[in-house]
Amino acid sequence: MKTLLKKPESLTDAPMHYCPGCGHGIVHRLLAEAIDEFGLREKTVGIAPVGCAVFAYNYFNVDMIEAPHGRAPAVATGVKRVLPENFVFTYQGDGDLAAIGTAETVHAANRGENLTVIFINNAIYGMTGGQMAPTTVLSQKTNTTPYGRQAALHGYPIKICELLSTMEGVAFAERVTVSSPANIIKAKAAIRRAVETQLNKEGFSIVEVLSQCPTNWGMKPLDALKWVEEEMTKTFPLGNFKDKKGNGKKGGQ
Amino acid sequence: MQKMLMEGNEAVAESALRAGCTHYFGYPITPQTELSEYLAREMPKRKDCFFMQAESEIAAINMVLGASSAGARAMTSSSGPGISLKQEGISYIAACSLPCVIVNMERGGPGLGNIAPSQADYFQAVKGGGHGDYRLIVLAPNSVQELADLTVDAFDLADKYRNPVMILGDGLLGQMMESVEFKKSSKNDVSKKTWATRGAKGRKPNIINSLYLNPVELEQVNLKLQEKYREIEKNEKRCEFYEMEDAEYAIVAFGIMSRIAKSVVNEARQKGIKAGLIRPITLWPFPSKKIAGAAEKTKAFIVTELNAGQMVEDVRLAVNGKKPVHFIGRLGGMLLTPQQLMEKLEEVAK
Repeated sequence: MKTLLKKPESLTDAPMHYCPGCGHGIVHRLLAEAIDEFGLREKTVGIAPVGCAVFAYNYFNVDMIEAPHGRAPAVATGVKRVLPENFVFTYQGDGDLAAIGTAETVHAANRGENLTVIFINNAIYGMTGGQMAPTTVLSQKTNTTPYGRQAALHGYPIKICELLSTMEGVAFAERVTVSSPANIIKAKAAIRRAVETQLNKEGFSIVEVLSQCPTNWGMKPLDALKWVEEEMTKTFPLGNFKDKKGNGKKGGQ
Repeated sequence: MQKMLMEGNEAVAESALRAGCTHYFGYPITPQTELSEYLAREMPKRKDCFFMQAESEIAAINMVLGASSAGARAMTSSSGPGISLKQEGISYIAACSLPCVIVNMERGGPGLGNIAPSQADYFQAVKGGGHGDYRLIVLAPNSVQELADLTVDAFDLADKYRNPVMILGDGLLGQMMESVEFKKSSKNDVSKKTWATRGAKGRKPNIINSLYLNPVELEQVNLKLQEKYREIEKNEKRCEFYEMEDAEYAIVAFGIMSRIAKSVVNEARQKGIKAGLIRPITLWPFPSKKIAGAAEKTKAFIVTELNAGQMVEDVRLAVNGKKPVHFIGRLGGMLLTPQQLMEKLEEVAK
């Protein structure tokens, strides 16, 4: 008998706490598969954020550090500068990466820190129960924008891939989603490419994953998937924004 | 080893290198500038050493958190306002039981204050500063030589107890030049850091974390920290007694103020006032028992600090009402003169 599918070794057996329909579990698995495929499990150090993925250290079967809110790229910088031959990743949400941790994100990217950032953009603060995120789209209702996000009052959703891809230190930036099997396959390819970027010592790599949050969007899981594809991608076009080595397409195609 | 004439900030930097500090992360701030600039010059010359000017004080302390997690001897340095920004990271580092060394060359506060010497960060250093029940080991040198010696001790203590250690100096100490001999050195032993996150090769993953949603679990984590703090209190208190044998009046001072106090003790003795000096070298753990012991023999205490009266609270707790405890200090970066302290002593001794 041949095993066709199994749980990646880089995931533990701990049951995940994520809500039904959430995208985190899928992205955890994709990253764990990539770590397995490159044979990196025993030399990986992961940094968990504050937010829904705070317990990532329970799910990844690798050495993990739980960082203060938004500081994962700084913590990862410290780790990587001690262990340049190890594989170091951060796994962060939108509030963590693009609000309270913007400075750490931008400067780690600008320094070209040889790290891989997995960025979950679900346009909302999940763990605290549905407040506005830096990536909440215009007119989207959240608990702190009950009348919808308005540009004059709340500013515009931050486009991280677009922003970071202007920086010389960034080697790879791609926006993907996990809204369908086809998109999951593309997401996996992007994550693999990001891992490879670090292994080749090319510099900072980031994969932004548009992910569904049915609980805090107040939607059924299927509607949430549809909302990612039909609404979120209007503000956050999918595609490769930078690939120093590969044949990346330019700007959200 | 030859004696060298060196500035306090540079002596800390040189000593850190001799203590096996391989990773430094900092953000520019006066009056500790020469410390980072020395390392910026020296670290790139050495194998495995790494200096980084971070984008912020917050990033710097979190880089220290990362480097320490990976097993390195890591350090950051700053002054008042910068140390305030680092408090979040310091709380996490303490909670995660990570070793590191943090230097605070204090300046006048609150707010942006000024860049003159001050001791107004005593509470922040000794009583917490960040959130939660945690302690730093706080070392208070009073000379360039002691800055050098205690820097090595700081790295050893940090590793021994897996706890952040703060060197609490001030702008005057950091920027004055004195002769120094680098007598002590030390090494990082990564092999002993079995808790470090360096890749889970042939073992279960290590997790460095401070989140415990279950209060039962978090209480246990806290109790374990408290147990460690009791152990530190038992082993690591340091205090200098000067002319205390027959002293009737004890001046209590730390850091740079102890130098002024010592000269006043000498002068007072010539005038026939039996004064002595108690100098806490570890501000936490605080040498309470030594001070309580002195309270049995002396008539009164005069605590002198470059602040509005911070350590005096710990002295009063130690003395526990047995003898009067007086205070004299200066604020905002002003220095207390020996004359002012002498006048206070004469007033108390009257």
